[in-house]
Amino acid sequence: MADVMIKVESLTKEYGLTRAVDSVSFNVHKGEVLGFLGPNGAGKSTTMKILTCFLAPTAGSAKVAGYDVFDQSLEVRRHVGYLPEDTPLYKDMTVLEHLEFAAHMHGMRGDRVLGRIKEIGGRCGLANVAGKLIGELSKGYRQRVGLAQAMLHDPDILILDEPTSGLDPNQIAEIRDLIKEVGKERTVILSSHILPEVQSTCSRMLIISGGKLVADGTPDELRAREKSTRYRLVVEANGAPPDAIKDKVRTVAGVVQCAKVAGEDGAHTFDIDAEAKNDLRKLLFRAAVDNKWTLLELTRQAASLEDVFRNLTTGEESRS
Amino acid sequence: MSAATTVAKREIKTYFNSPVAYIVVTVFMLIAGYLYWSQLFLEKQAELRYYFTLTPLIFTFIIPAITMRLIAEEKGSGTLEMLITMPVRDWEVVLGKFLAGLTMLAAVIGMTVFYAVTLSLLGPVDKGPAATGYLGLLLMGGAYIAIGVMASSLTRNQIVAFILAFAISFALFIFGQVNQYAPDWIAPVLAFLSMGNHFESLSRGVIDSRDVIYYVSVMVVSLVIATVSLESRKWK
Repeated sequence: MADVMIKVESLTKEYGLTRAVDSVSFNVHKGEVLGFLGPNGAGKSTTMKILTCFLAPTAGSAKVAGYDVFDQSLEVRRHVGYLPEDTPLYKDMTVLEHLEFAAHMHGMRGDRVLGRIKEIGGRCGLANVAGKLIGELSKGYRQRVGLAQAMLHDPDILILDEPTSGLDPNQIAEIRDLIKEVGKERTVILSSHILPEVQSTCSRMLIISGGKLVADGTPDELRAREKSTRYRLVVEANGAPPDAIKDKVRTVAGVVQCAKVAGEDGAHTFDIDAEAKNDLRKLLFRAAVDNKWTLLELTRQAASLEDVFRNLTTGEESRS
Repeated sequence: MSAATTVAKREIKTYFNSPVAYIVVTVFMLIAGYLYWSQLFLEKQAELRYYFTLTPLIFTFIIPAITMRLIAEEKGSGTLEMLITMPVRDWEVVLGKFLAGLTMLAAVIGMTVFYAVTLSLLGPVDKGPAATGYLGLLLMGGAYIAIGVMASSLTRNQIVAFILAFAISFALFIFGQVNQYAPDWIAPVLAFLSMGNHFESLSRGVIDSRDVIYYVSVMVVSLVIATVSLESRKWK
């Protein structure tokens, strides 16, 4: 495709003996908002640091906006806006001074600098704090300064490492809206270990675990990959012990696992995991009738991304 | 190159936003003041010899205090990642930091020009050696600054950067003091490496290209090492 903005091919990064990123390959197209998901320490930040030319890959290659991150790193950096993890900024400078510095570093001169700062600062909601020292700003405002700085030179590609970590729910919503708006015209990669975050902003997600890419697709596609379905069953068993109910449920064909969640006055709640192939609701209803349980609730839950994420990334964490 | 001056400007602003600049200037002015005026009052002589003899030693701890934060602080706080992912070459960052340190040093040394002018009003001061002496201070100070930038690039801890820069600077200073007791075969080497020896002729009014080349070499070597140290994050 002609509009591939980022092309990563079997990218590998080793720190001494540990392999932080293990032959990861993916493409990002123009106008995509890509969510980069994984548990802490999975290799998200390392991949982003390579894409922004802060680190060099041990093996493999990455092209950003058509330029190689190692051989043409200056060109890459001109086309990329980067918000590093924890938003490092010069705390002894005011917001305006910091943005001016960034503009000068990007080669902007003269009237263009202030005009551009006003435009971006306004969009990021910084107009009221322009004269304040960055060290005195709240985390939410610092994040906005970081975003403003990343967008200052009007880059085609934005790479944001955990843009909403440490913010309160209101601030998260604001930053999210900002990213969505920006994502309309630009290619964005953002990383997170929080699912709803990625779900609500991204058109595509990559899940990385233990340095390896374990999933790549739209949220719907990933959901469809889930092989098991979860049912919730609430029954009143007329004094039968929960363990007896559990044993009975386990005999139903297709049930993989049954766990008691909570109990209240004789009613017991169970989460049942079963193969996704068949709808088990009929069988579970039958089982309730046969055993003379009073059925209070029976629902089939659509596989959530949380499940997908957990299944794909557990067991790998110890390695990462 | 313009990126280097942008980096330098920001650093200089930071110096004067923090107490560092004021403390360094005050301390240096006090010490230099004593060296200037004690000669005049004790021996009724208006001369800069004392000042020029001891400044190489004073630089060994004043200059690491100026340079220690230059790169180490950015490494520690993570701002280096932000800085270096902007379109700037590693050597431009190093050069910018060096220029900022040099400007700071020029300001510190420049302040003592007032002493020299006042002194010349009170008695005959040899103007030639004074001028070349100040040039020498700038050259020698530049070499110390470059060493400090190098030390600062090797660590994320400012205290470590200070001690390292002080150790290297002091070693280069002390070479000049010990070479008279050193064995014959090593004495010329020590004398050549000594910061003070090269300064001596400058402070006597002689501009010898060997001395200038020595200081410039120290600067270049130190700044190249600092650049390589920054680039080392990209080693595979």
